[in-house]
Amino acid sequence: MGKMSVELDVFVGNTTIMDEEVYQFWLDGYTVADAVRVRMEGGVLQECEASAEVLHSDTMDQFRTFQMCERLLHCPSKLANQLLFQIPPHRQAMLIERYYAFDDAFVREVLGKKLSKGTKKDLDDVSAKTGITLKSCRRQFDNFKRVFKVVEELKGSLVENIQQHFLLSDKLARDYAAIVFFANNRFETGKRKLQYLSFQDFAFCAVQLINNWTVGAVDNMVEDMDVDLDKEFLQDLKDLKVLITDKDMLDQHKSLVCTALRGKTKVFNEMEANFKNLSRGLVNIAAKLMNAKDVRDFFIDLVEKFIEPCRSDRWTAGDIKLFLTHYTNSVHILDTFKHQVVWDRYMGVVKSCILKMYHD
Amino acid sequence: MPGKLKAKIVAGRHLPVMDRASDLTDAFVEVKFGNTTFKTDVYPKSLNPQWNSEWFKFEVDDEDLQDEPLQITVLDHDTYSANDAIGKVYIDIDPLLSSEAATVISGWFPIYDTIHGIRGEINVLVKVDLFNDLNRFRQSSCGVKFFCTTSIPRCYRAAMVHGFVEELVVNEDPEYQWIDRIRTPRASNEARQRLISLMSGELQRKIGLKVLEMGGNAVVGYLQCFDLEGESGLVVRAIGTACTLEKLSNSSAAAPPACNSPSKDIKEPPFSEDPNPNTHSSGPSTPLKTQTYSFSPSKSYSRQSSSSDTDLSLTPKTGMGSGGSAGKEGGPLKTLLRQQTQSALEQRGASSSRIFVRTREFPFFTLTSFPPGFLIHVGGVVSARSVKLLDRIHNPALGNTRSYKLLDWNSFAADEPETRDAWWEEIRQEIKSHARALGCHAVVGYSESTSICEEVCILSASGTAAVLHPKFMQEGCLDGYSDPSRLEEPSPPSCGFCHIPYDELNIPFPAHLTYCYHCRRQKVPDVLFTTIDMPAEAAVTGKGCLIQARLCRLKKKAQGEVNATAISNLLPFMEYELHTQLMNKLKLRGMNALFGLRIQISVGENMLVGLASATAVYLTALPTPGGIQIAGKTPSDITYEQHISNMQKKINDTIAKNKELYEVNPPEVIEEVIGSPIPEPRQRSRLFRSHSESSDEVSELDLSHGKKDAFVLEIDDTDAVEDIHSLLTDTPAPAGFYSCNTEIMPGIYNWTSGLQMFTSVRVFRLSNANLTNQGLNKIFNDLCENLLKSLYFKLRSMIPCCLCHLNFTVAVPEDELIQVAVTAVAMTFDKDQAQENWKLGADKTHMKAIVENEEQLQFPLELCTESPSTNPFSPCRGTGLQESANAHATPRAASVDYSSFADRWSSWIELIRLKAQTIRRGSIKTTSSLEKASPLPEGRSRSLRSTRSYAGSTVAVVKMTPLSFIPGTRIIKYLGIINMFFIRETTSLREEGGVSGFLHAFIAEVFAMVRAHVAALGGNAVVSYSMKECVFMENPNKNQAQCLINVSGDAVIFMRESELEATPAPPQTSCSGGEVTT
Repeated sequence: MGKMSVELDVFVGNTTIMDEEVYQFWLDGYTVADAVRVRMEGGVLQECEASAEVLHSDTMDQFRTFQMCERLLHCPSKLANQLLFQIPPHRQAMLIERYYAFDDAFVREVLGKKLSKGTKKDLDDVSAKTGITLKSCRRQFDNFKRVFKVVEELKGSLVENIQQHFLLSDKLARDYAAIVFFANNRFETGKRKLQYLSFQDFAFCAVQLINNWTVGAVDNMVEDMDVDLDKEFLQDLKDLKVLITDKDMLDQHKSLVCTALRGKTKVFNEMEANFKNLSRGLVNIAAKLMNAKDVRDFFIDLVEKFIEPCRSDRWTAGDIKLFLTHYTNSVHILDTFKHQVVWDRYMGVVKSCILKMYHD
Repeated sequence: MPGKLKAKIVAGRHLPVMDRASDLTDAFVEVKFGNTTFKTDVYPKSLNPQWNSEWFKFEVDDEDLQDEPLQITVLDHDTYSANDAIGKVYIDIDPLLSSEAATVISGWFPIYDTIHGIRGEINVLVKVDLFNDLNRFRQSSCGVKFFCTTSIPRCYRAAMVHGFVEELVVNEDPEYQWIDRIRTPRASNEARQRLISLMSGELQRKIGLKVLEMGGNAVVGYLQCFDLEGESGLVVRAIGTACTLEKLSNSSAAAPPACNSPSKDIKEPPFSEDPNPNTHSSGPSTPLKTQTYSFSPSKSYSRQSSSSDTDLSLTPKTGMGSGGSAGKEGGPLKTLLRQQTQSALEQRGASSSRIFVRTREFPFFTLTSFPPGFLIHVGGVVSARSVKLLDRIHNPALGNTRSYKLLDWNSFAADEPETRDAWWEEIRQEIKSHARALGCHAVVGYSESTSICEEVCILSASGTAAVLHPKFMQEGCLDGYSDPSRLEEPSPPSCGFCHIPYDELNIPFPAHLTYCYHCRRQKVPDVLFTTIDMPAEAAVTGKGCLIQARLCRLKKKAQGEVNATAISNLLPFMEYELHTQLMNKLKLRGMNALFGLRIQISVGENMLVGLASATAVYLTALPTPGGIQIAGKTPSDITYEQHISNMQKKINDTIAKNKELYEVNPPEVIEEVIGSPIPEPRQRSRLFRSHSESSDEVSELDLSHGKKDAFVLEIDDTDAVEDIHSLLTDTPAPAGFYSCNTEIMPGIYNWTSGLQMFTSVRVFRLSNANLTNQGLNKIFNDLCENLLKSLYFKLRSMIPCCLCHLNFTVAVPEDELIQVAVTAVAMTFDKDQAQENWKLGADKTHMKAIVENEEQLQFPLELCTESPSTNPFSPCRGTGLQESANAHATPRAASVDYSSFADRWSSWIELIRLKAQTIRRGSIKTTSSLEKASPLPEGRSRSLRSTRSYAGSTVAVVKMTPLSFIPGTRIIKYLGIINMFFIRETTSLREEGGVSGFLHAFIAEVFAMVRAHVAALGGNAVVSYSMKECVFMENPNKNQAQCLINVSGDAVIFMRESELEATPAPPQTSCSGGEVTT
């Protein structure tokens, strides 16, 4: 035992000193001891002839600083107005951006889940599964929830609201918009069949849905405009059923598509053989969307009803694109079909989503 | 009514939730000044209330404006129960009272609560309309400017330096009043904060009065300290240097401020800025100081009339006489006080003439750097310490504890403040006589401090004995200096200050003198210790570095007089040890002078801790230091011999390495200076250990060791071995780092704009009860070294950089705790910039500066006329006065009475004999002084890359620095002094992150409040910032902690030089920074 122990050890700069690397350790939920170990392995000691003791002191100090800043980071606009820490704006931006950054592995686990206490309780499982520390999981979860709560009832664009309230970069704000959107509509993303999809796949789809299927797509001044799907539209989707229930129309649709694709794809025969199944699949998804429960299954349905059959027939992404383009456009020629607008609104999104989701 | 104070409460933001039910707050604000209170409306249900109140107007006299702070309390309205306080803001009105400072205070202030810390912010507007005061016998001293800066503030010029001002006020500490038992901690803390704010205001006003009396208009180097004497009360005391400052007009004068350029600003001293009460330097060592350890129980002092009291009481008298100021006081009590004061005064029979005598009694200057030509010679460090027993301040009138209105102490228990005054008076006399013994008539870089443990108090004062140019002084301010021969023939500015002020044939102590290695005309000592900053124009070789001597000594727990005596007995040994360490470390770095020396000795229940810090340099004018030679005492043993020779080798290697590191390569000189009429060195006893800062190095060994290395360390006891080990364990700063405790590092001129001020505090718990002195020393040494290492590591991104003004403060807050606090600033510099360019540029600039400064400093001659000397003091005062009369007087022999000195010297020697160590110094190879690297840098920093752009932030950026300038910028306005005192307490220590979390948050809060006040004054920086007090107490078992922090500095507006250049600014020609010795 040494003859002395450090009872108190603080360092306060007029400009708050923060090391990005240490900040990341803190965000990642490292203990001080772990952070010190990793820093030592990183060779920082050689930089300044420091000892483990010095490193420990520095790490403690910074962890404490971050902890004190955390309260402000919960409401990032305060960070720019607060007087306690003098932090240059570019550093403030870095602090906020990193604080709100999340791990893809984590977000995939909670995407579409209700941001409730129950979900939070399960975070230790998520932690165990992803290898992300529980502390970090909690921070990320709380961030999702905080953003969700703030923008939930605001008017105007979801992305802009997030950006304005949380001072995030464009990219990160879009990601949060996707998270909020998914959480609000409780889309199922966790099924095994969806595991191959990345968060960015879903985020892309979310943008499509937000831009085309929400209330905000038609009226940009209502509450929750970007969060809730347009009920009227969902209702109208039922009308698309005629495309599969009217046999004439179905046949005509098929022949138009086949005519257009003949000779242009290697999977023409498979397409031709499968056309009715695929079309039924897509139209049925549309027709069911008026039920909230089926909205949740939107992605799994796309995979099961469309992506998997195509994949088993070894369609290429190009084949998919070609097919969906003609599949959508051919409907315009069906003069008995009266729901062109709804069809386009539906298929535009479905096509983009499927194209994004069609990969290994 | 000489003034109208107006305040407007605009808005609040980020308020805490006070009503849990609604998650909101119904806030309103009380605005209080003196006894008048206004309230805003309640702004319901908001955390960001917009009160937008009317202007609240207070009609008050300016005396109150100076004493009282504006007190703003934010509360949560509660219909059914008492309103809950959210927090308070105290705003010091003083900056608005000077026409040249701020005109309005406007901005967001943190709302502070002593239990919860900062709780949101409030936007406030404050203005003052001052009416012309027709009453010339006023109590107030509105308009006198105060500066913490210990040099002539940039953008001013000193028309006259009047001299030393001091004052102290005493009160009971609310924390120890009976009522404290029944009130909440919050109420108690607030009472204390408010009392200290009042006392500070009063103190400042009284000092201001003295300044006016002397004909000055400003106090520079203002140093205010608190003595928390516990049961026996609360003392607030201040010292400063009264000056008449003239604002430099923008066009012609902008030149001198040019010195902001980092390069020349070699000015601010480490010293005054951190006047920690505990810290202070003791003299390095004049042998003289031994006798200072007098121990006198306070009781023995009765009514000596002391300087400050006299002055205090005098003013009221005049005020009464004119009838003008009576009755404007708050109440009958005060009037009563006045009357008492008056009578007390009469009893004492003080006459107004006494004031004039008194003000010149102490030729002390708290400045640490000086206008060119001011400083002629430096004698060395003088210091005095004294151990006192505190006694309860008896104050019948204050028995009723709730009056926080400051009472004029003198009128009550006249004994008490006089006791404190008498203590300081005694010490100052001591200092004065030490200076005189060194042939000096003034003390510069002067500071005072205390260390208190229970009922024992160590008072310390130290400074640098110096000879100043009389024409800068008000008549009679200095006396006793003669030897005009030196004046006759002005020495070169780069070495003149090193020339000995004392008579070489009548040296007060053994010293080794040689002819100046720079000019060869005058004698210089071989080592020079000072408490001031290195004069800008001093010629140095290489770079400087921070040197620390660290020491702990165990002491038995004791009470009362026994304890005080024990401490008194220990002190000389400690000083001696510290001095030895300093000297060894200086030699080890191959350097020959110390600047900014600050020796702090702190007392605890069972130990004394000493810490000396200084910046070592190689002055080109002084001889090359000899090495350190180790001598064994028992040469018989072969292994021992081996051991010795190993150590010797290590030492030699270290010296060589250091010389390289700090670029100390004076040209070797083959020949001894011709005809050096050095007094024959006498063979001295084996003791050496330089005890005189200056140069009283004993040269005893000169003959015996011939021309070899001198400074022999004889290893004859464990102490010496320990010494050597500690010498060698000091690790140099990592590559790219330099450090110093002066304003800037000698040898670095090309500062860039990177700036990071910081405070670091560590408390160590000694867990082993059976510590030896050696063990304790090692712990303390490691503590300081590790702290430095941590700082280097923290700031590594700034490399190449220099930690400037590194100011350590030690305390022993409890039995087994040692606390070290550091405040400093890290500044970047451009490593690649060719030094040569700087030097070349510097020479030219320098010459110009000399010329211009000469012009600038012409004082009206009548100020220097001879005056009859009233000083009863020195035998030589006649000559001194004469001297001051004529700027370049005819030579006269200085005659200083050294007799008493000699006695002290011999007792000192006795003392040292007790120590079995011998350190001897011998002769030194002479070096040619041809290299005059005049290190004056060019006027401005070349690279103006701005460190950070804070654009977009809604909070104004406020820089803070312990230095008097910011590199690459020019200070265009001083807005007033910042002097703030805060208490923070917690009863949920664990929840706040333990002691570290608690203190971390508190220090950050203090910074935030300082910045907010500066920003509200319209400023963008605090210069000469210091944390003068950081008293931390904890009780982890009760989950409680409390901390008191006192900070000060000067609020300023600065502009980047690049911006100034863009506007039609005057050419930056002269450097006022350059000092010229005539």
